Amino acid sequence: MSEDILRHRYTDGRPNLRRFHQARWDEPIIFELSREGQRGILVPEVEPGIRERVGDVLGVLPEKMRRKKPPALPELAQPQVLRHYVRLSQENLGTDLNIDVGQGTCTMKYSPKINDQLARSPKVTELHPLQPEETVQGILEVMYRFEQILKEISGMDRFSLQPGAGSAAIYTNASIIRAYHRMRGEQDQRDEIITTIFSHPSNAACARTAGFKIITLYPDEDGYPDLEALKAVVSERTAGLMITNPEDTGIYNPRIAEFVRVVHDAGGLCAYDQANANGILGITRARDAGFDLCHFNLHKTFSTPHGCGGPGAGVVGATEELVRFLPVPLVEFDGQRYYLDYDRPDSIGKIRPFYGNVSVILKAYAWVMSLGAEGLRQVAEIAVLNNNYLLHKMLEIPGVSAPYARGKHRIEQVRYSWQGLTEETGVHSEQIGLRAADFGVHYWTSHHPWIVPEPCTLEPTESYTKDELDEYVAILAHVAEEARTDPEKVRTAPHNSTIHTIDHAPLDDPSRWAMTWRAYRRKVEGKGEA
Amino acid sequence: MTRDGPMIHPYIPNSVPAIKEQMLQEIGVNDIEEFYEDIPTELRLTGLMNLPPPFLSEIELRRHVEGLLARNRTADEVLSFLGAGCYQHQVPAVCDEINQRGEFLTAYAGEPYDDHGRFQALFEYTSMMGELLNMDVVNVPTYDGFQAAATSLRMASRLTGRPEALVCGTIGRDKLSKIRDYCQRAMEIRLVPYDPKTGLMDLKSLRAMISDRTAAVYFENPSYLGFVESQGDEIAALAHEHGAVCVVSVDPISLGVIAPPADYGADIVCGDIQPLGIHMQYGGGHGGFIATRDEERYVMEYPSRLFGIAPTRVPGEYGFGDVAYERTSFAQREKGKEWVGTAAALWGITAGVYLALMGPQGMVEIGEGIMARTYYAMARLAEIQGVRVPLFHAPHFQEFVVNLDQTGKTVAEINRALLARGIFGGKDLSREFPELGQSALYCVSEVHQQRDLDRLAEALEEVVR
Repeated sequence: MSEDILRHRYTDGRPNLRRFHQARWDEPIIFELSREGQRGILVPEVEPGIRERVGDVLGVLPEKMRRKKPPALPELAQPQVLRHYVRLSQENLGTDLNIDVGQGTCTMKYSPKINDQLARSPKVTELHPLQPEETVQGILEVMYRFEQILKEISGMDRFSLQPGAGSAAIYTNASIIRAYHRMRGEQDQRDEIITTIFSHPSNAACARTAGFKIITLYPDEDGYPDLEALKAVVSERTAGLMITNPEDTGIYNPRIAEFVRVVHDAGGLCAYDQANANGILGITRARDAGFDLCHFNLHKTFSTPHGCGGPGAGVVGATEELVRFLPVPLVEFDGQRYYLDYDRPDSIGKIRPFYGNVSVILKAYAWVMSLGAEGLRQVAEIAVLNNNYLLHKMLEIPGVSAPYARGKHRIEQVRYSWQGLTEETGVHSEQIGLRAADFGVHYWTSHHPWIVPEPCTLEPTESYTKDELDEYVAILAHVAEEARTDPEKVRTAPHNSTIHTIDHAPLDDPSRWAMTWRAYRRKVEGKGEA
Repeated sequence: MTRDGPMIHPYIPNSVPAIKEQMLQEIGVNDIEEFYEDIPTELRLTGLMNLPPPFLSEIELRRHVEGLLARNRTADEVLSFLGAGCYQHQVPAVCDEINQRGEFLTAYAGEPYDDHGRFQALFEYTSMMGELLNMDVVNVPTYDGFQAAATSLRMASRLTGRPEALVCGTIGRDKLSKIRDYCQRAMEIRLVPYDPKTGLMDLKSLRAMISDRTAAVYFENPSYLGFVESQGDEIAALAHEHGAVCVVSVDPISLGVIAPPADYGADIVCGDIQPLGIHMQYGGGHGGFIATRDEERYVMEYPSRLFGIAPTRVPGEYGFGDVAYERTSFAQREKGKEWVGTAAALWGITAGVYLALMGPQGMVEIGEGIMARTYYAMARLAEIQGVRVPLFHAPHFQEFVVNLDQTGKTVAEINRALLARGIFGGKDLSREFPELGQSALYCVSEVHQQRDLDRLAEALEEVVR
């Protein structure tokens, strides 16, 4: 009973495991909280003067176009709606709460509160995108200035801020590559995009969506992208190369310039997925390696919050030769006023409505303006220091390895393998992650397919202290030890989470899956309307 | 401001030299430079980037950013009648309260155990959208309504194996641009002419164009130009007769009073959730939804994540997870359906909060209230000599075309004069739809009071005189 709480803090200056328990509210589905007649918000009433003039306005709708009965939405008063969602929020582990180094490739760094506050200004939120340009000079200037910053960081000539997040930016790059070859009359001939297996899956998926065939290169024995393999696949059919560097293993491709050269020599373009740019800000630039296109994720490298999966922003940079193809409009400045330029006949057109996720762009701008060139370089250097420190500590855990590039350092993340531990104990990487959840941290394995066996991808960014990194490693070391001494405890995890082990079978069974409450009621509970 | 020694930034804890030194020592390297050993010297940047000097304190940063933003004049500070895909509505305070919670705002892609709240909140969002749309399957939001429409068409193309979509001729040209780019290698996009009197799809043309090549017939309700496409049932029937999929884009705010497209035969319904409790943000508040019936062949064509409810090993406990994950690019790379990635989840949660607050009665009242104001505005503007409104003879919801040809002035001239009177006039359509002459698209919502609409009428009368 009288447990010594200090035990859960530090021993000899080293952090101990926390007595974490995720919030567990047993919160009902919101429909179960509904009570007939309750109202959560009122809408402005129609004034008598309007009513008098228009009468029963719904009468203008043909009968078949009128809704027959009100939508069966839940009926709750305002405090109950608020409480329900605040409880749900407590059952969610934001980066603000945890040592979020476990979501590798996601760059879960600190999202400064000041930037959120600035973006919440009505001077941003209440702007309509079609307002006259003279009424939006402030926000246009922010966008223009941010583009200048991106140009300096990447070396590229122009940027579009339009794509809604990273994959949309990757798709934009694929669309630009397509437009380039079309303009040169090689659209039908050049139908292959080359990528690597350790580049984000969207490089393959988005290029495929744009109509290309995909050639995926596997690493050489040391885990580096294989130059000989590249030389073997380039041809007059090559439309382009779309890759990440450093790759999701945290390994930087030292022959990157040569990769680009080989593809250029074959007549293809090169697009740089800079999702993993956090360790190389101010260190090396896309343009210097010869790339024609690149993109950054503002919700990763540039600190804007991830919002449970968006809104983010994916900004696309192009060299002079390709600027003509960027989405419309671009933000221009004539020395006196900022304006939107739609008069770009070779543009691929629109990628999304209007100009991009402007609040996100503003937050990213504010982030750079709070750091400057020296600060950005420090971001990169400390992110890389933290990663190599974490690597050093992780490798002290028996059963952990960091496949490839043995003895070398990594840039900003590492894809580890628990293969040793799995062989010894039968406990798998995913189970280790679920047990780690019991201590209040995230953990992520890898994209598919799993080239690294029993993978685990950690990215510590610049935001965490040495103590926090030690704590994260201590959690995994503890779980690894449990896998040996009490494997059942790990296999049945999580134990301290909001909920217990989910039965995933219904999610792949068309007769039982339910993506809405109404489908659940009908299919599983046998209630509701057929 | 000057500081001695190296910069120790509040966002970068391990920049403290002693800590840095200690970490380097533990790793066994002398310098951070060693970590970059794989980057060839010729690719290394020498010296610092040429960036503006930073504002190291919050107050300096705030002054700088707010100084820039002060040059904006917001839709709140004037009287705005702009719509055309982005809408000014009442945003309940609770919507902002929830989407500002750090637990949601800063979360990302955790497991359903760490991030149960995100899964449940998004499941509830899709569930409430399902009620509004009268559909059983709704996706976790994609980027925006443009993407939702483009993906819906490609879903139809995969479902039918056919190479063509017939799209209503009144679609907004930006959205059409997106669809054309996105569908370029998958299907041809052909516009179906519209009746110049009513704006409605010309069914004779549709009959002539539709064939066994047609994957989808696409239209919008309300249309981009504000009228209600009342032939939905006939269009859907025609599509089905020819084995095509009927795709309808809808403004969810209208669905308290206007029939959901599923009721008149739509197979895939899509649209944008920005009107549901999300600020305009200069066009940065969009999220896209796609909805279908719960049929396996439809479900398997979604590229998006689909969150389903599932039991846990504790009886009665609700768990959540991805439905049919193997269809996605996360699982299958280029063999998945299109792609899935970070999009607009936080706006999905926000729209859920909005629908929970509004309830059935709120959605009916807002729909009716918008229509009443729309009809009042149209009636008031119709009193002005030389102003033709609405241009199309059809029922309208929220938006309507005002033709100004007979005033002898251009929309641009009139809007400049309105701006001088503190009014954002409707969107100039003269470049987008040259066949409509000098026309503007006006938008009215529940934020407008009678005196706002009267003020618009008076100002416009003055301006066109």
